[in-house]
Amino acid sequence: MSTTTTPAGPSAPKGQPQRAETNGPAGQPGHKPLVELTSATVRFCGDSGDGMQLAGTQLTNTSALAGNDIATFPDFPAEIRAPRGTKAGVSGFQIQFASTEIFTPGDRVDALVAMNPAALVTNLADLNPGGALIINRDAFDEKGLKQAGYETNPLEDGSLKSYRLFPVDMTRMTRLAVESQGLGTKESDRCRNFFAMGLAFWLYNRSLEPTLRYIDEKFGKRPAVAEANRLALKAGYNFGETTEALPSQYFVPAARLKSGHYTNIMGNTALAWGLMAAAKLSGRDLFLGSYPITPASDILHELAKHKEFGVRTFQAEDEIAAVTSAIGAAYGGAMGITTTSGPGVALKQEAIGLAIMTELPILIINVQRGGPSTGLPTKTEQADLLQAIYGRNGESPLPVIAARSPADCFDVAQEAWRIATRFMVPVMLLTDGYIANGSEPWLVPDFNKLPKIEVKHPGPIAEGETFMPYARDEYLARPWALPGTPGLMHRIGGLEKQDITGNVSYDPLNHEHMVRLRQQKVDNVALAIPKQEVSGPPKGKLLVVSWGGTYGACLTAVQHAQSQGLAVAHAHLRYLNPFPSNMGELLKSYDKVMVAELNLGQLNMLLRAKYMVDTVGYNKVQGRPFSVAELVAQINELVK
Amino acid sequence: MSTGTTLPVLQAADFASDQEVRWCPGCGDYSILAQMKKIMPSLGIPREQTVFVSGIGCSSRFPYYMNTYGVHSIHGRAPAIATGLKTARPDLSVWVITGDGDALSIGGNHLMHAIRRNLDINIVLFNNQIYGLTKGQYSPTSPLGKVTKSTPMGAVDNPLHPISIAIGCEATFVARSIDVNIKHLGMVLKRAAEHRGTAFVEVYQNCNIFNDGAFAYATDKESKADTVIELEHGKPLIFGKNRDKGIRLHGLDPEIVELGKGVSEDDLLFHDEKAPEPSLAYLLSRMRHPEFPEPIGVFRAVDRPRYDDEVSKQIAAALAKKGPGDLNALFNSGDTWDIE
Ligand code: SF4
Repeated sequence: MSTTTTPAGPSAPKGQPQRAETNGPAGQPGHKPLVELTSATVRFCGDSGDGMQLAGTQLTNTSALAGNDIATFPDFPAEIRAPRGTKAGVSGFQIQFASTEIFTPGDRVDALVAMNPAALVTNLADLNPGGALIINRDAFDEKGLKQAGYETNPLEDGSLKSYRLFPVDMTRMTRLAVESQGLGTKESDRCRNFFAMGLAFWLYNRSLEPTLRYIDEKFGKRPAVAEANRLALKAGYNFGETTEALPSQYFVPAARLKSGHYTNIMGNTALAWGLMAAAKLSGRDLFLGSYPITPASDILHELAKHKEFGVRTFQAEDEIAAVTSAIGAAYGGAMGITTTSGPGVALKQEAIGLAIMTELPILIINVQRGGPSTGLPTKTEQADLLQAIYGRNGESPLPVIAARSPADCFDVAQEAWRIATRFMVPVMLLTDGYIANGSEPWLVPDFNKLPKIEVKHPGPIAEGETFMPYARDEYLARPWALPGTPGLMHRIGGLEKQDITGNVSYDPLNHEHMVRLRQQKVDNVALAIPKQEVSGPPKGKLLVVSWGGTYGACLTAVQHAQSQGLAVAHAHLRYLNPFPSNMGELLKSYDKVMVAELNLGQLNMLLRAKYMVDTVGYNKVQGRPFSVAELVAQINELVK
Repeated sequence: MSTGTTLPVLQAADFASDQEVRWCPGCGDYSILAQMKKIMPSLGIPREQTVFVSGIGCSSRFPYYMNTYGVHSIHGRAPAIATGLKTARPDLSVWVITGDGDALSIGGNHLMHAIRRNLDINIVLFNNQIYGLTKGQYSPTSPLGKVTKSTPMGAVDNPLHPISIAIGCEATFVARSIDVNIKHLGMVLKRAAEHRGTAFVEVYQNCNIFNDGAFAYATDKESKADTVIELEHGKPLIFGKNRDKGIRLHGLDPEIVELGKGVSEDDLLFHDEKAPEPSLAYLLSRMRHPEFPEPIGVFRAVDRPRYDDEVSKQIAAALAKKGPGDLNALFNSGDTWDIE
C-alpha cells in the first residue's frame, strides 16, 4: 500500500535495484537499471485539451493488463473549456498500480507529469519529496508562466530542487517525431500526450502494445493521425531509453489478486451493467428516464448503447420528467430507473413521494457531487445522505444503499433492484463522482451464476371477482398488477389510499395506519439484508465507520493501524436505510466510534440519534476524497 | 392491440368504475366523462389495455371514474408519466387527462415535449379558465382583467391559448370541442383515439362554481351559431344561424364575409386538416370571440413518426444487427486478463 506513512515509488524505492532484461518498443534490451517497486502512483496533469484523461486511462489499462492491482482518480476541471493554460482549465488523472491489493488511487504521487506551468502550480503539492517531476519545458514560456502566476521560471530558479526534475522539450520533440505525416502544427501538438505516455511507459517499463492497439481502433480511419500518434508514443519511449535525462526504470510486478478473469471497469459502467444484469435476472425490460447531469451522464450514455438488450433510454426534458417517466414505466411493469446527481434529486423528490405512495418499485441513482446548489459539479462529496433518507414532504421512507467502489456498483445495482421489487418500494442508490469516474480491476462474473431476482405479478381474474391492489404479502408488499391483465383494472395515485382496497381515503386512522405501514415496509428490509460485518477485531479500542466511496481510504487507514498493533476495526456500510439489524450492538462493542464522511456528519448524526452512542465524526468537505494519511493521523489521535 | 379472440361487446356502463363521482353538481366534467365512456366500446380496445393518466386538479379525478387502469399522479406530470408508460408498453392505449393549470402552468414543459415527441397517446385538456380545486384563482388561460381571489384588481398576465401552444409544439393532431356539445365532443374524442401520434384535444369546460358561464357565448342556444364555427375537412368555413356568413382570407388575415352579396362559397377559406404546414391550423387557432367565431373540430391531423414506434424500431434494428444481447460477452468486451 502506498500511503504517506509507507511511501513507495521512485521517491523511495523499496528493495534492491536490480538489472533485468527489458525490451523497448523496437526490441532492444534496455540498458538502464530496473528498480522493483511494490506500488507506484503517477499523475498526468495538463490543460483540459491536452488529453490527460486519455494518457491516464492508457497507463491504467496497460498496468491492469500487466496484472497490477489498480485504482484511479480522474480530476476534471470545473469548466468545460477554460482559457488555455489557465489554472481553471487544469485536468488531471491519477493512478496507483501495485503488486499488492490496493483500495485507493494513492494519497501523494511518486511521479508527476505536468504539461504546462498551470498544471505544475496546481498539482505540485501532491508530489512526494524526491518524486519524479516530468515537465513539458516548451510550455514554460513567458505567457504560460504568467498565466500560472509564476514570477520566475521554476525550472530555473531552484524552487524545484527537492524533486527529481526532468524538463523535456515535449512540444518540439513531438513535432519532430510526427513531421513525416504532414499534419498542421495544431494537429501535431495534439499528439503530445502520446509522447508523455511513451515516456511514462518507459519509466515504468510498460508495454506499448495495448496503446498501439487502441490507436489502431480509434484512429484507424485517419491513417496519418494514427501514425503520428504511434510515432509520438514511440518517440517518448525512446527518449526515456536513449537520453541520459532519466537514469533508471521502475517495475511493479503483477499483484497476487484472487485468481480469475479480470477487466478494468469504471464505476458508471459497472453501474450500468449491473442494472442491465438486474433487468435480465428479474425478467424485466429496462427503462431509463434521465436528464444529462455531471457526473451521472455516462450511465445514460452506456445504457443507450445497448438496445439489443431491449434497453429503452429516454432523455427527458427535465429531472422531473426523468423520474416520472420511470414511474410510468414501472406501472407498466418495466424496471423503471432514473439516474442523476444531487440537484436532480432535489427536483425529483415530489415524484419519489408518488412512487412511495403508489408503492411502485423504481430505482433512483444519485451520483453525488459537491453541493449545495450547482456546487462543485465535477468534484466528489457525500452530502446527500440526509436528502436521500428524509428530503421529501410527509413521512416518506425509502431504502437507501450505497456503492463503495467502482466495481461494487455492479453488485449494488442488483441489490437495489432486489429490494425494490421484493418490498414494492422506490430505492435510492448512492454513488459519487469519485467512484463513478474511478476504475479498478473487476473479477468478471459469469452472468449465468448470478442469483435470480424473483418478481411476481398477479394473473387475470374473472368478471365479478374483486382485485385488491393494496393487499399485503408477508413483507407488507402489495401486488404488482400490470395493465393488460384482464380483471385487474385499478387506479393508483398520490392521494392517501385505504389499505387493501387502494381506494382514496381521508379516514384519519387509515392515514396513520398507512404511514406506519409504509415505514414498517422499509424497516422490514433489515430482515432481508446481511448483518453488518467488520474488518478487524469484533471489539476493541476504535471502530471506524464509513459508507460509500470512502471505503478504500478508510480500509487502508484501518489496515495500517492494525499493522501497528492497534485494536481498530472498520465497518463499511452498504445499507444506510434501514441499518443492518446488528448495527447498535456493533457500535457498543468498541471504546470509541469514528464516523468518517465527506460531509459535515450526516451518518454520524443518524447513528447517534438512533443508537445513542457517543460517536465522533471525522469530516472533510473539499470536493476531494480522504487521503489515507489524514485518516491514519485521526485514528492515531483517537486511540492514543 | 387486437387480442385475436372475440371481444365481448362492451357498453358505456362497463367503463364506469365503482367509485362515486365527486365533481360539483352541474360541472362540465360529467359530460366529458359520459362521452368518454360512450366512445370507449366503439374503439375495440379491451378495458385492461387502456390507461388513463392524470395530474392534479378537478379534471384529474377522471381516472378514478373509469373502469380501466389509471394513475392519478402529481401536478403537471401526467404527460411525462404517460411517456414512460407508453415507451415501455407500446401495446397500451394511453390517455392523459389534464386541465388548464395542470397542463399549461406547472406541467407546461412536459406538455410541450410530449406533443413534439408525438407518442401515440391522447391528451384531453379540460379548459375552464380557472383553478377549481384550489377554489378560484386565475389560470394561465384566464382572460386579461379576470378578477379572482388572487387577482382582486384583475389579471395582468396574457393568457395562453392551448390550441396555439399545441400547434407550436408540432402537434400532429389538434382539436377542440365543448362539454355540452355532446355529439361533437364524442366525435372529436373518437377521432383523437383513432389518430396515430399525440392527439391533443381542448374541451371548453364550464366550472359552474368558480367561473360559471366562461364559455356561455359558445354554448348559448341563441348565440352559438354566430360565435362558433365547426371545422370540416375540405369544406368552406361557413357559420351563422342561416349559414350565411363565412371566413375569407385577406392576405394573411381571416375576415368575416357575408355570403351572397358578390361572395360565393368558393371565395371562402377551405379547411384542410391534412395541410403539411401548420400555418392554416395556427391561423384558425387565433380566431377568437368576440372578433371571430371560434372554431371547433379538428384543426390538424397529419401523420409523422411516433416516438414509441421509433424506439421500438431502434431496438429491432439493434437486434437485427447485433443479435440478442449477451451479458457475458458485454462483460468481457474490454481488455481482459487472467490471474492464476
Ligand atoms: S370546482 Fe369547478 S371544475 Fe371543479 S368540480 Fe366543481 S365545477 Fe367542476
